[in-house]
Amino acid sequence: MSADAHRFDDEPVPGYPLPILPGHSSPGRLERLLRAGKFVVTSELAPPDSADPNAVYERAALFDGAVDAINATDGSGAHCHMGSLSVCALLTRLGYALIQQISCRDKNRIAIQGDILGGSAMGVANMLCLSGDGVQTGDHPEAKPVFDLDCMSLLEIARTMRDEATFQSGRKLESPPRVFLGAAANPFVEPYDWRPGRLAKKVAAGAQFVQTQYCYDVPRLKAYLTAVRELGLEDKVFMLVGVGPLASARTASWIRANVPGVHIPDAVIARLAGAENPKEEGIRLCIELMQEIRELPGVHGLHVMAYRQEARVPELVERSGVLGGRVPWHPGQYDGNVDVERQRERQAEELAEDSAEELAANLADS
Amino acid sequence: MYIIRRWSVRHARLMERTYALVERTLLKAAPLLERVGHERLEKPVAAVERAVKGALFDCRMCGQCALSSTGMSCPMNCPKTIRNGPCGGVRPDGFCEVEPDMRCVWVEGWEGARRMRDGEAIHTVQFAVDHRLRGSSSWLRVVREKTASKTSEMEIGNVVPVRPLNASPAGRMRGRADRPTGTTTDRAGATAADDAPSADTDRVLAPTGTDGRRT
Repeated sequence: MSADAHRFDDEPVPGYPLPILPGHSSPGRLERLLRAGKFVVTSELAPPDSADPNAVYERAALFDGAVDAINATDGSGAHCHMGSLSVCALLTRLGYALIQQISCRDKNRIAIQGDILGGSAMGVANMLCLSGDGVQTGDHPEAKPVFDLDCMSLLEIARTMRDEATFQSGRKLESPPRVFLGAAANPFVEPYDWRPGRLAKKVAAGAQFVQTQYCYDVPRLKAYLTAVRELGLEDKVFMLVGVGPLASARTASWIRANVPGVHIPDAVIARLAGAENPKEEGIRLCIELMQEIRELPGVHGLHVMAYRQEARVPELVERSGVLGGRVPWHPGQYDGNVDVERQRERQAEELAEDSAEELAANLADS
Repeated sequence: MYIIRRWSVRHARLMERTYALVERTLLKAAPLLERVGHERLEKPVAAVERAVKGALFDCRMCGQCALSSTGMSCPMNCPKTIRNGPCGGVRPDGFCEVEPDMRCVWVEGWEGARRMRDGEAIHTVQFAVDHRLRGSSSWLRVVREKTASKTSEMEIGNVVPVRPLNASPAGRMRGRADRPTGTTTDRAGATAADDAPSADTDRVLAPTGTDGRRT
């Protein structure tokens, strides 16, 4: 691995928590990169229906060298999978940068605040605060939805825990969670004219970055970004736009009809329907979207959600060129028996070999 | 009832004005209410409130009414009880993700807010619900809060449970440790009429600049 902008001058061993710079909230790479003005890519790991940790390692390794942070989903689509916190526990041990998703659907404020502390203690530097999909969309529609909090009160509670070192009850924390707080946004559904205002509300509640729903409608995104800029939010929140490949016209139509919140214009479906190889056309379409969105003012990164096509994320990132040749750091290719200490030693050796000039260049970058 | 609820939101400006009138009346009657005793009034007032707001807004008696900050659309009718605007699952034409036959409570609320004079209140962050207040009267609470704090800018139906961020932890804990006054919830059954009547004022109402008062 070459020495490049993905390593920071004050990072003795890649993968370890970074010192928190003034004005920063977390010891994580994602915040560092964003605040250094880098364009970032995040992706989301489909948690296994399995108790085998290797399933998690293998899925994470698919993204190696392509993403700056991995979202650990929290029962997304209200389906049962391995939990977000557990995925974070397994992967932070290896040094991966995680975005712990926290949904309000399954846990009340007592459990959630405990998870925030636990996640931060394990080295999770980023948390994404979500309301969560309704249980009716999932595989256990008979479950009791909790929704003690909503995404906004969750953000506010997480921010208070971090900045004021107290639980919502006011009880003092001995050591606050050091986290970079995120939220979701969907500019592509009604009421369109309130969506930017709702983002402002999330920023007021504590959101520092936002990941959007799938974008297949760039004009709509542009209008949203313009409104966001007019509200003066451009400098207050980092915008990561959601993208993803569609496998076929049929899949696209099904998603549009059955997955609430995903807006796919007719033209997209028509293009897939008319393609000789719809799957490859879907990849091409995604790459085009990535390149187009990359150039929009007010976009700081992409969130690639390649459901059931996770293995193609590196290809999407590489072919689109959105990282401009920057290779995100990763703890190393999964070899079936990951030795964390050996991984870290190897990284430390590589780092030691880097020339002083390269380190200085990195310093300038960050 | 869904039809009446939607009518109320369509007439959000009228509702806003009516609410202002009710508020003025209740505030004028505050000394009288005080003399009768809020604890004694809690049950009957809550019953009236439940009937009136239940009919007009499908009110769920969360006890922390935010109607004037929600375009007169009760957020507790959202299947996810989101109190801060629409989730990302709103269907085309503004229908609910969870209940496809129902208009999104917040799409309605947004339309309601634009009909109101003080519709901008919809942009205020609503903090987490205090579930202990379920079933209790928001109206009486507002009267207590308004009379307790002349500087308050709260309106009836706009009990924004601003968390007292600057209050001392002790003050916040005291407020939170107390149980609500005269809870008449028919779900929990139990009441807590023996608690100090000022407890929920501490907890729910923390207008800016008055934090010191409560410590």
